Amino acid sequence: MPIDYYLNIAASGLLTGLVYGLAALGLSVIFGVVRVVNFAHGEMMVAGMYGAVLLGGWLGLDPLLSAPLMAALLFACGWLLQRGLVNKFVERPEHMQFILLLGIATILVNAMLMLFGPDARNVQVPYSFDTVEIGSMLLDAVRLRAGAAAIVVAAALFAFFRFSRTGKAIRACADNPLGARVVGLNIDGLYALTFGIGAAVVGVAGALMTLLVDARPQLAPEYTLLSFIIVIVGGLGSLPGALLGGVLIGMSEALAGFLLTPSMKSLFSYGVLIVVLLLRPQGLLGKRS
Amino acid sequence: MSGLSGMMPSGVTGRGLVLLVLAALGLAVAPFVADRYLVSVLTTVLWFAYVGQAWNVMMGFSGLLSLGHALYVGLGAYVSAAVFVHFGIGPWAGMVLAMLVAVVAGCVIGFLGFRFGVKGVHFALLTIAFAEVARIGFDHITWVGGSGGFFLPVEAGASDPLNLRGSPVLFYYVALALVVGALFLSRALLHSRLGYQWLAVREEPDAAEASGVDLFRARMTAVAVSSALTALGGVFQAFYFNNLFPEQVFSMGRSIEIILPAIVGGIGTLVGPILGAFILTPLGEALTFLIEAGGLDLPGLKQLFYGAALVAIVVFRPEGVWPWLARRLRLVRQPGEGA
Repeated sequence: MPIDYYLNIAASGLLTGLVYGLAALGLSVIFGVVRVVNFAHGEMMVAGMYGAVLLGGWLGLDPLLSAPLMAALLFACGWLLQRGLVNKFVERPEHMQFILLLGIATILVNAMLMLFGPDARNVQVPYSFDTVEIGSMLLDAVRLRAGAAAIVVAAALFAFFRFSRTGKAIRACADNPLGARVVGLNIDGLYALTFGIGAAVVGVAGALMTLLVDARPQLAPEYTLLSFIIVIVGGLGSLPGALLGGVLIGMSEALAGFLLTPSMKSLFSYGVLIVVLLLRPQGLLGKRS
Repeated sequence: MSGLSGMMPSGVTGRGLVLLVLAALGLAVAPFVADRYLVSVLTTVLWFAYVGQAWNVMMGFSGLLSLGHALYVGLGAYVSAAVFVHFGIGPWAGMVLAMLVAVVAGCVIGFLGFRFGVKGVHFALLTIAFAEVARIGFDHITWVGGSGGFFLPVEAGASDPLNLRGSPVLFYYVALALVVGALFLSRALLHSRLGYQWLAVREEPDAAEASGVDLFRARMTAVAVSSALTALGGVFQAFYFNNLFPEQVFSMGRSIEIILPAIVGGIGTLVGPILGAFILTPLGEALTFLIEAGGLDLPGLKQLFYGAALVAIVVFRPEGVWPWLARRLRLVRQPGEGA
């Protein structure tokens, strides 16, 4: 049945899209609060990928177990980056923030190129070739696990912002920085925390991505652009929007890769982006500012 | 705005004028004293100075952040190369068509963006999206070679300036003419009614609109001028390198290279893009040389230093090098110094 075929592809795209969405969630969190577009986002994601690859090679660690370690490492990097550099640029024009983060991205991607070389590296997991049958669909075990883990992390993030005091303080910062300062919140500290959280989330997404894709430095700028597309499609600053955007882009990529040629799959994503920018510039789930 | 003094060339001091004339003379005689390598580096510098200047019209004068200028370079390059290869139409006629196509593309993006209120980061992403669509699209257009590349016929020793075929020195002078032309055009534009409208739109769009400036028209003309000028840079590139690959010509990396000279030199200033190109290209060459001399031939090391230099420049000279240099060396009059 051809319809099963399409369903299968759509479902795989959806699972990949959840990981994309998680990466975009990190970008959305940072932009929503610090109002800086993290142009080094894909580079951070690939750093997470290499971390998982190294841990897998040295300790035989499953990427699902490397993910929390990558979260901790990238949290520290993100926190330091915001404290040390980005915080000075929060009030500066967009193009300067862009150049700063572009410089950081250039440093990161080339450091990885020097350390790991241009060749693709992957992690061996015992269930690499397993498939799981759900109804009439056959899904890869790696994809299911990566997608499920992405949902768990996203849910934890939503819970943090919804229920914890710190999460509420960060949301207050995002809504009204001046008001937040007036009631005594430590804005700079919260910004650093937010950048750390965003970096941690994309680090996890990177670790999970190693289940689906081999790590290469060249992936970094692609993932940066992909995260942007997803966030704009879903709505800048909207967390559910980022996940929805990720799923949409993941599915459209999978279907376009199948219906057209794989080299044209990102054309589809840009098409979706242009249509959304024109018809609903605030994104599918974003609020009009 | 602090960059204003560096932006107004009418405030150039005598010392600044002398330096400017000396620099122009140096560039005019450079091919007679420099070797082939130096001429090729200088041609690259001039090319980036030129396209940087073209980009500056949009971002520097009108506040429209375009991160997809590789689109206009690519369209200019491909259109002029295609009519030359397929119909034998030379670059001097081809460039008119190239500019026309680029302006149409720019106006489509501008129209969609400005009519639908796409601003700031969103507008920048719209420009990236169109450049990427062109990159992937041209990969699949076999009429101009697709992803395998498009090549212009090369005859050794040909000298046909009318078809832009000739020695590297010819290209050097063409590039120099482009830079000088763009500099004077930008200067004239800045001092025109339109230029003042652009500055007003950049600084305070609401106030500009309230005082009768047609925002949409001002922005559209900025996009049109910038895309037409950038397309000329593309025509030059096509005939200088004689090969075009969508992955290079339309890449995001190329768009970034185009905007760096202006940002490093000083956005919105006339001299900034030129100075920025003279800093960045030699910096890259020097890094290559040092790395080779040090025997550290690691791929990525050069780009790593380049990234670090970018961060250093934007942290320590956020308004660009030119406004600071002009103040330090008293090349322009300071506000309050009188005429």
